[in-house]
Amino acid sequence: MGGKRKDFASTTDVQGTEEGGEQKVKKKKKEKLAADGLLPSTIKNKEKRSAVHAKLKQQKRLEKRKRAKAREAAEQRALELGEEPPPRKIPRTIENTRELDETICKPDDEELFAANDADEFSSILKQDRTPKILITTCRFNSTRGPAFISDLLSVIPNAHYFKRGTYDLKKIVEYAENKEFTSVIVVHTNRREPDALLIIALPDGPTAHFKLSKLLLRKDIKNHGNPTSHKPELVLNNFTTRLGHRIGRLIQSLFPQDPNFHGRRVVTFHNQRDFVFFRHHRYIFETKESKQAASSGKKSKDNNDEKSEQKLIARLQECGPRFTLKLISLQHGTFDSKGGEYEWVHKPEMDTSRRRFFL
Amino acid sequence: MQHDEVIWQVIRHNHCSFMAKIETGNFCRNPYNVTGVCNRSSCPLANSRYATIRDHEGVFYLYMKTIERAHMPNKLWERVKLPRNYEKALEVIDKHLMYWPKFLVHKTKQRLTKMTQMRIRMRKLALKTREKIMTTPRKEKKREARREEKAEKAAVLDKSIEKELLERLKRGVYGDIYNYPVKEYNKVLDMERQQAASEDEDEQEGEIEYVEGYEELEEEEDMEDLGDLAIGADDDTVGISDDDEEHVTATDHQRRRKEYGISERKLEKDESGAKQKKKAKVLIEVEHEDTSERQTTVQ
Repeated sequence: MGGKRKDFASTTDVQGTEEGGEQKVKKKKKEKLAADGLLPSTIKNKEKRSAVHAKLKQQKRLEKRKRAKAREAAEQRALELGEEPPPRKIPRTIENTRELDETICKPDDEELFAANDADEFSSILKQDRTPKILITTCRFNSTRGPAFISDLLSVIPNAHYFKRGTYDLKKIVEYAENKEFTSVIVVHTNRREPDALLIIALPDGPTAHFKLSKLLLRKDIKNHGNPTSHKPELVLNNFTTRLGHRIGRLIQSLFPQDPNFHGRRVVTFHNQRDFVFFRHHRYIFETKESKQAASSGKKSKDNNDEKSEQKLIARLQECGPRFTLKLISLQHGTFDSKGGEYEWVHKPEMDTSRRRFFL
Repeated sequence: MQHDEVIWQVIRHNHCSFMAKIETGNFCRNPYNVTGVCNRSSCPLANSRYATIRDHEGVFYLYMKTIERAHMPNKLWERVKLPRNYEKALEVIDKHLMYWPKFLVHKTKQRLTKMTQMRIRMRKLALKTREKIMTTPRKEKKREARREEKAEKAAVLDKSIEKELLERLKRGVYGDIYNYPVKEYNKVLDMERQQAASEDEDEQEGEIEYVEGYEELEEEEDMEDLGDLAIGADDDTVGISDDDEEHVTATDHQRRRKEYGISERKLEKDESGAKQKKKAKVLIEVEHEDTSERQTTVQ
């Protein structure tokens, strides 16, 4: 392995466009180690190899401790002297190191606005039509299915539940169009648990197929609240790419566009690493008296008054179900699995890196 | 020369690769078998004169084997295409198997019947929609579960929701529901700090009054009513409301502070006041984690 890495490093240009500074440093270190022959993976003897590895790890740990201590000491000194402490380093997270995606929506994208005007949701989002949802299940219903559906009915205003029978999905879509529904939601169960969600926007809207997981019903949540029938507010977080934006608009079209702020209900769809977390809360704004204890203890012996700051906070009480969705496929047009045109399908070959997300 | 008896004895007693023994009986897997059962009279290998029906892409063919061609395995089976119509097919079978043993004719016709029924059923089913079962490999399921957990931890949901709500409040999406005028609030805080030392006693008295006494509540209610009317008046001129408030005196500051404290409890009263308000503009926002600018679409 060490040999391969050496060759790769020597042939390619070290000023790789994709690698960040950190990775370059790491590679150089490894090259040095490999050159010295100290890389544990080159040692064939298991005992010796594990011993060398353990020693290396300990060295690294000690160095890390030293660096952390030095940093803290520098900060303390700077604060004492009254200077600015050295800037804190930003920790590296998966969101920070996400692979660059060209489809991320930019705030001043003319094309995006034009597309938004011309897409299927624009009529609902401009309040020309009020959303009316039809909820149904797959052919075989299960234990948790009906409970989940009753929870969903209380979350989404103007939603109606119909039993499935053995109708074809295409027939159901036709029926819904005749009765002027704006979307159809199909809850699919597998092994007695709701498993997937199919959201079909009408009249000729896209079909989104989501995988449902980690379902927690309202009765299973501790200290849950009971939702009222006011129109809820919607919070959609982190739908950055074009695909995410489209999905965001699809979700938006399920809810009425004129929320009733007096009801203090908020429904959140938060996208994190391609998982969309659904939460339903009641909120309230409060002022909290937080006594700001002086941070620099030595300095403020003179000023005895504790600054009582009135902070404004929002408190949430969870009500309603809790689940996560992951997009499996987005199909153009209403449900047609054989003949439909898919805008986006998740394929295992797309998971090339851990830093690559699509929504 | 063909000795069917010998062939049968050898096959049956030693080994026949087409025979499948199941608890209910012996079956023959030979594709040319008419009945499907392993029998002396149904074995295509042990009968030099034999007939079957086989199906190729929905078309039925009558296959016949005669002893005259027994030495040419290449040309052993003679094939006749049967018409789609069931009755006509029966007639064709009769014609071709005219002087053949009754057993074979009977079994061939039975086989034809069964196969036509199956063909009808397959066609009907193909028109209906069937659910297709897709499986995911276990490794993927576990990987997804792990990633979901980590994503949930990375998205500190409660905090992000609270942050979003507070930002909406500060931006003024909620209008005047919460009586939260930002400038006024900060001014109040400053004044509080300045007057903290001098007005300690007053504040204490104020607190005591607040805690005791039923009369205090009545007074609050009066102020609340006044407050409602004031709100109603202000709301007609939402645009200039800030200017109005700047002219308010110190007593009004205190009144508003108290109002804010009790406004949470008495929101129902506010509803009547709210109906006089202008309809709040609905700002629908798409939040980006990385970009500092927010894209807002006003609809």
